[in-house]
Amino acid sequence: MNAPLRRVAAACLVLFGLLLVNVNYVQVVKAEDYRKDSRNFRGLLRSYAHERGPIVLAGGGASAVAVDKATPSEQLKFLRTYPGGTAFAHVTGFASLVYGRTGIEQAENDVLSGESDNLFVRRLSDYVTGRKPEGGRVVLTLQQAAQRAALAGLQGKRGAVVALDPRTGAILAMVSTPSFDPARLSSHSEKQIRDYYKRLQNDPADPMLNRAVSQTYPPGSTFKVITSAAALSSGKFTPGTRIPSPTELDLPQTDRNLKNFGGESCGDGKTTTLADALRISCNTAFGQLGMNLGGDALRDQAEKFGLGDDGMRVPLRVARSVFPDELSPPQEAQSAIGQYDVRVTPLQMAMVAAGVANGGSIMTPYLVREVQAPDLSTLSQTRPEVYKRAVSQDVADQLTAMMQQVVANGTARSAQIPGVAVAGKTGTAQHAEGQAPHAWFIAFAPAQDPQVAIAVLVEDGGSAGSEATGGRVAAPIARDVMRAVLGQ
Amino acid sequence: MSAQTIAPGAGAGRRGIELLLIGFAVAIAIVAYAAVGIGQDGRIPTGTIGYGAGLALLFGLAHLVVRRFAPYADPLILPCVAMLNGLGLVMIRRLDLAEAERARQAASALPRADAPLQLIWTAIAVAAFIAVLVVVRDHTRLARYAYTSAAAGLVLLLLPAIPGIGATINGARLWIRVGPMTVQPSEAAKVLLMVFFASYLVSKRDVLSLASRRVAGIDLPRARDLGPILVAWAASLAVLVREKDLGSSLLFFGIFIVMLYVATERTSWLLIGVGLFGLGSFSAYTLFGHVARRVDTWLDPFATASTTGYQLVQGLFGFGTGGISGTGLGKGQPGIVPYAKTDFIMAAIGEELGLIGVMAVLLLFALVVERGLRSGLACRDSFGKLLATGLSFALALQVFVIVGGVTGLIPLTGVTLPWLSYGGSSVVMNWVLIALLLRISDAARRPAPAPVAPEKARAALAEAQTTVVRR
Repeated sequence: MNAPLRRVAAACLVLFGLLLVNVNYVQVVKAEDYRKDSRNFRGLLRSYAHERGPIVLAGGGASAVAVDKATPSEQLKFLRTYPGGTAFAHVTGFASLVYGRTGIEQAENDVLSGESDNLFVRRLSDYVTGRKPEGGRVVLTLQQAAQRAALAGLQGKRGAVVALDPRTGAILAMVSTPSFDPARLSSHSEKQIRDYYKRLQNDPADPMLNRAVSQTYPPGSTFKVITSAAALSSGKFTPGTRIPSPTELDLPQTDRNLKNFGGESCGDGKTTTLADALRISCNTAFGQLGMNLGGDALRDQAEKFGLGDDGMRVPLRVARSVFPDELSPPQEAQSAIGQYDVRVTPLQMAMVAAGVANGGSIMTPYLVREVQAPDLSTLSQTRPEVYKRAVSQDVADQLTAMMQQVVANGTARSAQIPGVAVAGKTGTAQHAEGQAPHAWFIAFAPAQDPQVAIAVLVEDGGSAGSEATGGRVAAPIARDVMRAVLGQ
Repeated sequence: MSAQTIAPGAGAGRRGIELLLIGFAVAIAIVAYAAVGIGQDGRIPTGTIGYGAGLALLFGLAHLVVRRFAPYADPLILPCVAMLNGLGLVMIRRLDLAEAERARQAASALPRADAPLQLIWTAIAVAAFIAVLVVVRDHTRLARYAYTSAAAGLVLLLLPAIPGIGATINGARLWIRVGPMTVQPSEAAKVLLMVFFASYLVSKRDVLSLASRRVAGIDLPRARDLGPILVAWAASLAVLVREKDLGSSLLFFGIFIVMLYVATERTSWLLIGVGLFGLGSFSAYTLFGHVARRVDTWLDPFATASTTGYQLVQGLFGFGTGGISGTGLGKGQPGIVPYAKTDFIMAAIGEELGLIGVMAVLLLFALVVERGLRSGLACRDSFGKLLATGLSFALALQVFVIVGGVTGLIPLTGVTLPWLSYGGSSVVMNWVLIALLLRISDAARRPAPAPVAPEKARAALAEAQTTVVRR
């Protein structure tokens, strides 16, 4: 009986050997795959076990826009709440059990979750002292009042507002509408999260889209600021230079003519000054100017303002704004007035305004002013830096004066603020046959000591046929936000 | 059938070593229990002392009884079992916390905590262990009750199939209701049937070893001797069909075949057994949806990761997340896996204690199995040899079936992981199994009669003679 018994003993060893080999395969070879599988939500759950850092506004602890609240639960010890609500939703993003993270929650996740290298020493001391690990704090550049004014202005519309401090690049307001409630995507109820997410996804207005940075639009007449900058920078033009301004501009190689809004004529229907052309937003004058300057000159100038830059982060990813290549003369004329294939984000247009405001230098835009340790000590601070020099100081001064005229007695009178000189430019961008054009407005104030530069976009907000509608719809929103920033 | 002599050491049974190792096992269990609390909320749980004292008392008592009633028994088996049982209690307690947590989130009523119940079951199990060692002074006497245990075993095995008594839990009908509790009688049936198999096979081994003809170098048994194996096969299939208990069915048949092989030393029985197993498996796969589903899930669990494969996939994720060193006790999410306390307790160990913990557990089992088989080798009588083989192999097969199942090595069949899984019947009967193994081990390692003390020597000789006569 001993011989078969020994064989049974050997067989048992083989069975255990197989198990040992297999667990090594599962826990070593396949471990990485299993750990990272999207259906394995253990990692996500673990991140709920310790306190995630808050996202706050500068100036006071009461202004947290995203903050963890302790719950009596042991597994999900903290619930992410968003006191900033819909006004800050696109900037904060959400931190969801089911759908991961977006916005600052994603861009600054290392800091918020406490896994940043900046927090290494702290983590080490947490480990030694047994203190519960905690995430760092992200301090935003956004201003509560500006943000609220922007949300109020965009109420009931689809659009975006971006306001910058032209001297630093700090983003003072960034709002996109329609918005959503990030708290409902960051709750602990999987069903609630899924239901709400599906509803948002099925909404044709796409509430989760951050229109300020993730979507590009034709800039329409606001692009004339860039065309003017190209003209002035060429040295061949001054604001007083008279340029042709026919009632209809015959576009070569086509049977179509470029007209002004409503078929109006500019000035005497023959020539007008560059400054006047901008003030009344004369399409034929700028179309001709574009053809004279040429596509390359326009593109050079556009790229000096930041178009064509791919991969910009503020730290939210910014979609690439583009000025098209290889233009025929009619396309040059269309592009010069911000139509054809020119596409920009609202942030890009705010940077155009900011560049002019800041004497020709565009500062790199940023949302995160400071990263702090849980004890409020500063870990890192964003230092303002020059992004690009768009135009010379002289050209910037000339453009400022021209844009002041637009607000003072041009298409953007509704942007006037009593006692403050405002410089701006309206736009009404056609984007699809039979649809109302997008209404645009870019501006900065005060003109001689700029503290805020802004771009406002309202989708389908204008009405075809009148250039002034862009100004009527978008300019008042910009005015309110600028007043909020200036404390007026 | 020569008895392998094991040189008795200075302390013969080496009971001191056993006590030391038990102390070590209890210490590890206490530390693990405290670690769960620290991992969960940074505090040493208040129950640590009571829990530690309970384990120390139970296992200490078991040790004292072994020292008194089976002084020559293998000193490694009991500490290994104590370690596994202690760790099992810790994991069940840990999963209790996870369930309570989930209930809190769902704002539903707190579920019953299973760890205290399991501690009570462990106490009952150790009592049963002691009772077996005290009552069964000579394992060979069990052979007298072969047919009684066969009848009892069969009744227990088929009891759940009887309407009104049986209870279906999680799709398998392998429980019976006893008052407020449900008992899994197949655990007891397993041990009883092994006693019967051992006795029956030893008495019939000469007949069963007879060959009728030789085919391809293998001696085939006579057709009329095929009766027993066909009965065992039919019974296994009955369990499978009536109770949908794939695991028990597989275990019974596997144990029977191996004991038959060891008793007869005929490879042909093994081949016939494997053939019948293959036939049974194939028909079960084609005939029964639940068997086919198990196999399909095993082949590609990720294809049905959110339905039938969910448990297996989440278990694999647990193992993967644990990696080599594990998340640490109380720091993983083992509660995600359904039935983590019973069938999938290894996934919880894999997640929180990592590959290291899983391998340690497997090695503990391997140690018990190999020590048990060694006792069988050393045992002087055929019945003891065969019973030790059956008991040890049953343990090995059960561990292989469930651990192989949860790690995706073989199709998943629901059986408990001895001493670790939650379940009263399982823990009690596995302690009884160990008591029998220690009883045989004690007999095997008892020093051969020496002329030192004539009185004792005569007694031992007398015992030895009765054995020889009866066999």
